[in-house]
Amino acid sequence: MTTVLDRPRRSAEPTPGSKARRRYGERASIAYLFLSPWAAGMVLLTLGPMVWLLYLSFTDYDLFTEPEWVGFDNYVRMLTVDPHFWNAVGATSKFVLISVPVQLVAALGVALLINRRSRAQGFYRSAFYAPSLLGASVSVALVWRVIFHDWIGQPDRALLALVLLAVWQFGAPMVIFLAGLQQIPQEYYDAAAVDGAGPWRSFLRITIPMLSPVIFFNLVLDTIRAFQVFTGAYVVSNGTGGPSDSTLFYTLYLYEKGFVEFKMGYASAMSWFLLVVIALITALLFRTARGWVFYSGDDS
Amino acid sequence: MSRLRHAAVLVLLAPLLYPIAWLFLASFKPPAEIVQSLALLPREYILDNYRALAGEIAGVHAWQFFLNSTLVAGACAIANIASCSLAAYAFARLRFRLRTPFFAFTLATIMLPVHIVTIPQYSLFQRFEMVDSFWPLILPKLLATDAFFIFLMVQFMRTIPRELDEAARLDGCGSIRIFGKVVLPLVRPALVTTGIFTFIWTWNDFFSQLIYLSSPEKLTLPLALRLFIDTTDYNAFGPMLALSALAIVPILLFFAAFQRLLVEGFATSGLKG
Repeated sequence: MTTVLDRPRRSAEPTPGSKARRRYGERASIAYLFLSPWAAGMVLLTLGPMVWLLYLSFTDYDLFTEPEWVGFDNYVRMLTVDPHFWNAVGATSKFVLISVPVQLVAALGVALLINRRSRAQGFYRSAFYAPSLLGASVSVALVWRVIFHDWIGQPDRALLALVLLAVWQFGAPMVIFLAGLQQIPQEYYDAAAVDGAGPWRSFLRITIPMLSPVIFFNLVLDTIRAFQVFTGAYVVSNGTGGPSDSTLFYTLYLYEKGFVEFKMGYASAMSWFLLVVIALITALLFRTARGWVFYSGDDS
Repeated sequence: MSRLRHAAVLVLLAPLLYPIAWLFLASFKPPAEIVQSLALLPREYILDNYRALAGEIAGVHAWQFFLNSTLVAGACAIANIASCSLAAYAFARLRFRLRTPFFAFTLATIMLPVHIVTIPQYSLFQRFEMVDSFWPLILPKLLATDAFFIFLMVQFMRTIPRELDEAARLDGCGSIRIFGKVVLPLVRPALVTTGIFTFIWTWNDFFSQLIYLSSPEKLTLPLALRLFIDTTDYNAFGPMLALSALAIVPILLFFAAFQRLLVEGFATSGLKG
């Protein structure tokens, strides 16, 4: 309906010499005025730094003297010599592979649980969401350090404590699941019930396919979020990533190399490696999405 | 919702909210009891942990950390509201040739981890002699680098009927006045959501503050709390938990006041993409 209304107005606009056209001209240039802070940020704080990061990754740089070109040295050392680098990759992979699925299953389970008409629903939703707002704080990480103090001395348990801290924040994907569930038309379930489908069958045949775009969205964002966890690992291991590198998350090792040892060239190579890995994983997820994510045709 | 469901929810909520409740109650325990037991209720209530905060930490009064955190988080919130609403208006309402690629690019940067650009940004701020000041924390927000909020506001602006813009335009308003007089008042919920989320996320943010701030009088709350990590002295556990508890009070207050707006603002961000 809106397209029918829009069309005549749009075709009237660019008439040569008309007032409307001058207005359009004003709009095009004024758009860049509105965008100027964003554009400055994009060039100075995102794109420029990424190019410069690539250059720095081929240098020896300690922040205080000028960077010195060393070719592929940092990358070679990182990939073939430094055992801590692979420990960091291992700890981070373990953390991502365990925490993301567990968190998403918990989030979907609770969303299904409270997706019923009730006056308490709003309260429940907020109560489950609250840990997501607090989980990144040093306060909560310190609580974890005290509560799990028996665990943080043992490699496997220490990582498990951090996984629990991540899973504890399942409220964020949960509220997104809940909003997605509430958009599935009730008629689908009614029709399935008429056809004799039980709750499990309608969950598999209606809920999961209808929710698949939201599942995908949460999966991508949670995976990327999990790669960036820093505070918990820093606080629980006192900045060391120990015991025996079990909590040496990639970001923590990056911080150590760059801002404790001031090996900025090496840390830059690590940053680029992280960027490439995250881009590859995202691309892979998008590729598999074609097989299982179902987009209904009525999206505008 | 059936009784069984209510019961299941409460069974799940209890362990989930336990760490927060424990933090507040344990902050009234004597330090020896904090490490000995994970019980919720103190055997003995004391105020010593809070009294200890009246003194100095690293030679600075505790209120200074609160002031610094408030200053940084408040400035970031205002900066984000201003810069992201400007960009969002251009993306949602104005027509220009590069709109689609620019917007796609902005969305892609939502997925870019901050750690990746940290080193070159640090080096840049170092050249401008801004390290150990609040500027490296605030400037990125002034330049609309938080693409998530641009996206949130664009989603919100798209729900405003275009007829309102057009009517104002016929009355002789230009884009700037339409933005100020028509669009901004109508997207107030999105602006408030952006402000509060930015405040809370900045308040909690540890990584950037750890990198940029070092002088004791410039430390924020997360950095003041970090000073307690090194301690092996059990007596420091009391004040540590007291300061931890105080540090999350503002978040809980914001959440209590705006929970609906925050939860819904966050939930809808995932749907319309």
